[in-house]
Amino acid sequence: MTTTQSPTTAADKGVHPTDRPARRRRREGAAWVFLSPWVLGACVLTLLPMAVSLYLSFTDYDLFNAPNWVGLRNYTQMFTEDPRYWRSVVATLTYVVIAVPLQLALALLVALALKNMRRGRGFYRSAFYAPSLLGASMSIALVWRAIFNDGGTVDNLLGAGGWVNRPGWALLAVALLTVWQFGAPMVIFLAGLQQIPGELYEAAEVDGAGAWRRFLSITVPMLSPVIFFNLVLQTIQAFQVFTPAFAISAGKGGPADSTLFYTLYLYDRGFVASHMGYASAMAWVLLLAIGAVTAILFRTSRSWVFYASEGDR
Amino acid sequence: MTTTTSTSTPVVRKPVAWRRVALHVGCLAALLVMLYPLAWLLATSVKPANEVIASLDLLPSRLEWSNYETALDGVNDVSVGRLLGNSLLIAGGAVVGNVLSCSLAAYAFARLRFRFRGPLFAFMIATIMLPHHAVLIPQYIIFNQLGMVNTYWPLILPKFLATEAFFVFLIVQFMRGLPRELEEAARIDGCGPFRSFFLVILPLTRPALITTAIFTFIWTWNDFFTQLIYLFSPEKFTLTLALRSFVDASSTSAFGPMFAMSVIALLPIVLFFLAFQRFLVEGMANSGIKG
Repeated sequence: MTTTQSPTTAADKGVHPTDRPARRRRREGAAWVFLSPWVLGACVLTLLPMAVSLYLSFTDYDLFNAPNWVGLRNYTQMFTEDPRYWRSVVATLTYVVIAVPLQLALALLVALALKNMRRGRGFYRSAFYAPSLLGASMSIALVWRAIFNDGGTVDNLLGAGGWVNRPGWALLAVALLTVWQFGAPMVIFLAGLQQIPGELYEAAEVDGAGAWRRFLSITVPMLSPVIFFNLVLQTIQAFQVFTPAFAISAGKGGPADSTLFYTLYLYDRGFVASHMGYASAMAWVLLLAIGAVTAILFRTSRSWVFYASEGDR
Repeated sequence: MTTTTSTSTPVVRKPVAWRRVALHVGCLAALLVMLYPLAWLLATSVKPANEVIASLDLLPSRLEWSNYETALDGVNDVSVGRLLGNSLLIAGGAVVGNVLSCSLAAYAFARLRFRFRGPLFAFMIATIMLPHHAVLIPQYIIFNQLGMVNTYWPLILPKFLATEAFFVFLIVQFMRGLPRELEEAARIDGCGPFRSFFLVILPLTRPALITTAIFTFIWTWNDFFTQLIYLFSPEKFTLTLALRSFVDASSTSAFGPMFAMSVIALLPIVLFFLAFQRFLVEGMANSGIKG
């Protein structure tokens, strides 16, 4: 290490040859001007709130009186004395485990069907994608409630009574609304499928590989980074679902708390019952849970996600 | 490039015609099932009150336009025009905020060198996965302290601070694909980083900016949770929030107007989708994968 070089020069490996230190400092200054809204947002609306919500999670706070330190009481109450909390955990996990795999499987299936289609692919791609945009709205959540209600279409078709009023079935109705929005991951799958070189399939076919074999040995490994991306994104989103559960249960999480999703209960504790400390503790557990699930997904991905194409792009 | 090679090579047999037909039949059948809820919504919005539940037919026996008249009167003495205006104001503000702040941050991450770029970029990516609820309550407290609860500021202001990292990432991905020579040429012509951003890079980033704008509009329009906690005066309600007042009331008589209002609330999204579906679908596809 020579004394003439400042630490920044050493760190900046790809610096442009015409850059002189004075100009580089000016450019570094410019970078911070460009970044300033983001930095302000990250500090004031992300980092600070995270710290504050961690602090509040150890307090009793009703928004009007000063927070009152209670140590771990929110957490112990949550884990040991609040059956509704556990019902919300169970409802959310059940929903995630049902909705995400179903949605991704359907997305992959449709993407495979569209992949080699010559005519009409653009049309189907857009048509199947439309529910992903509309489905997040309150309007469609209300439609869902009516269709799955007593006397609604599903009742008439299957004679199963209104799902909305039956524990377990109401959750399934919400899950189906999520599955209905398979278009977003489907579009990403389709883009991924089109990156797989056709020669691979031709070579496999020459070697006598059947359609199933080609799917398992070429499509799945080549598509695995995209499958992984969709899995992580959809799982994280599913943990935070709110609007359909609110609409289907009129904001109460019924019947028998079966659609009391985590975020719905968090809203109920924080903004209806004014237990901001308790809700903060719930938010932090959600943060840690999502972090843990993401970490587990990343850990297991090492054994099945295949990044061979990284080098040549 | 990949799809054409498989059909032009003689080794691969051409797909039999009936398989292609079967594929289209399957896709159309799936589409019919998927579109059913939308058809149901449209039909129910013009059904007379006694047919909403009792009748099995999708089509109404006669068109009951009075549902729309009732819906136009609005909810809680607030007209639909007012609700629509409120929704447009929030969504419009969010679009301007996101496009501006996210493209600024994206340019720095994609094109400029500064200290801690690596760690800051990693942090930015991590915030995509951060659940909104982890910051929700303190944000609410901050806006409450600032006297901004029950105003539109909590819904618009964060967008001007690039808090939606997803869009920063989307624009970064796009800017990385632009040739570096452009800025080098601009620099030789005497442009500093600001002028090359506004005059050279920003115009070329337009597809990514349009994608950001459309997604921001639709997501803000559909957003329910944030509006639910920050707005409580009926005259400040958005269309989405107004629909909420129908959530508790499930009496059959309110069904027609409720779904008429649902149609009105979906209309802007449908129009946006029809106008920009190419950008939307491409943008969605490009956000996940290296282009």
